[in-house]
Amino acid sequence: MIAALAFYLFAAILIASAVMVVTARNPVHSVLFLILAFFNAAALFLIAGAEFLAMILVIVYVGAVAVLFLFVVMMLDIDFAQLREGFQRYAPFGAVIGGILFLELAFVLGSWSFADSADDLRLSPNPGAGVTNAEALGRILYTDYVYLFQAAGMVLLVAMIGAIVLTHRDRPGTRRQSIADQVARANSISLEKVPVGAGVKELGIRRPPEPAAEPPRVTHDAGHGGHH
Amino acid sequence: MDGFLSTPIGILAITLAQTLALLVPVLIGVAYLTLAERKVLAAMQMRRGPNVVGPFGLLQPFADALKMLMKETIVPSGANRYLFLFAPMLTFMLAMLAWAVIPVNEGWAIADINVGILYLFAISSLGVYGIIIAGWASNSKYAFLGALRSAAQMVSYEVSMGFVIVTVLMCVGSLNLTAIVKAQETVWFFIPLFPMFVIFFISTLAETNRAPFDLPEGESELVAGFFVEYSSMSFALFFLGEYANMILMSALTTILFLGGWLPPMDIAPFNWVPGPIWFILKICLCLFTFIWVRATFPRYRYDQLMRLGWKVFLPFSLLWLVITAAVLKLAGWLPA
Repeated sequence: MIAALAFYLFAAILIASAVMVVTARNPVHSVLFLILAFFNAAALFLIAGAEFLAMILVIVYVGAVAVLFLFVVMMLDIDFAQLREGFQRYAPFGAVIGGILFLELAFVLGSWSFADSADDLRLSPNPGAGVTNAEALGRILYTDYVYLFQAAGMVLLVAMIGAIVLTHRDRPGTRRQSIADQVARANSISLEKVPVGAGVKELGIRRPPEPAAEPPRVTHDAGHGGHH
Repeated sequence: MDGFLSTPIGILAITLAQTLALLVPVLIGVAYLTLAERKVLAAMQMRRGPNVVGPFGLLQPFADALKMLMKETIVPSGANRYLFLFAPMLTFMLAMLAWAVIPVNEGWAIADINVGILYLFAISSLGVYGIIIAGWASNSKYAFLGALRSAAQMVSYEVSMGFVIVTVLMCVGSLNLTAIVKAQETVWFFIPLFPMFVIFFISTLAETNRAPFDLPEGESELVAGFFVEYSSMSFALFFLGEYANMILMSALTTILFLGGWLPPMDIAPFNWVPGPIWFILKICLCLFTFIWVRATFPRYRYDQLMRLGWKVFLPFSLLWLVITAAVLKLAGWLPA
């Protein structure tokens, strides 16, 4: 009874916030409603007993993806008037496409029924009651589907490298900090223990050495190939 | 009485009582952490620190709270009013929410859930929203710059934190926080996993926006960063949220690496002391280190911060993860 109430509550908020994602005037509000939708989806997972998936949904989508999304949307300079310009013109097309998709989904779901032997045909049967979510997933993911799992990882890696290669610009002439060189430099800094209350004169603490008559000349063209 | 306690209302009453029993000490701890920080910093800089309000300045936190309450809440005219007021509440709420799964002693957790560590990781990764929303809703360039810095910083350090947590989980074989502490009965994890302990501690500094990673509020360049425009209680909530997060991260470090409520050795004088006391002592040790670091190190430059997160911590924690996995497998120490 309480679980059912909670389900309807979270499902209602989920749908309402999904509607708000599309209709909100301010894109930042849209992203915030999207985050609310993610949260309610995680809650629905929890009600279904999929605690691991619920937490991963929050960590990955809310904690990482949506943060970057919000980050980008906040920095975009969006002209709202221009965005809404063609709304009247495109609304009928959108409505028709949406209606067709909805009908298709309704047909599929309406004619769907489980085969009698569906339970036996499953590749990975339900684990017993004492097995936690994470363990059950691990048992399947790292045994039967380990190659697919690794392949999915490779796809993501290639996508990441591709994004970096496409957006990386090699700017010539930038001067980078070389921390290894700085740390390896000897005698650049020293600590001295001094008695409390003594002044600079009494201690004879060395002042910084006078600058040399002619400072060593810094040449910029040595490290960057020389010719421009 | 037994009959009442098993009804839904009874369960709700018990949970409420447990929540109060946990959150009231946490809030008192937050109040006194602000005092402790000022006292410790003062001692490290050869000053006295607050010593006027009450004996040894012990009433200082209450004087500060009263001052904050009396001030006027100012909402800038260009600000997004609702989000502006929502952001500090969110920050504070998240800092409190995470305590639901922290086991203070064996069986002393409000919710001893199977995916406890993931819950904590999820909640701590949400902390960035309070800051981003505050920075955006303030409609001020300093606040916005602070928010952007913080978003990039917290997302970066979460990655290496995730790998550290995975390494610990491999040694435990469970996502449950109580199981993590119990797995350390033979040896606390900071000894075999010492490099990961160091990485985790530094990442928690970055995650809580503490010095030397307090760039989101770098006062020398951003005035006060994401909370420039905040005043009165809305500022106080940010302030308290930061300190509550420090305590939370110390508790997490304690659970993952310092053996939670376990005594250092299971022999006579040590195991007379009850578990929660050990837990609190270890949290205090971590918090002292937080403050010590603040007194010692200057603030990082932003590119150095990013370099440390992505080019040092990430490859190193990944490497150590692989090494740990190989050692566990080859030596046959994998938990069942």
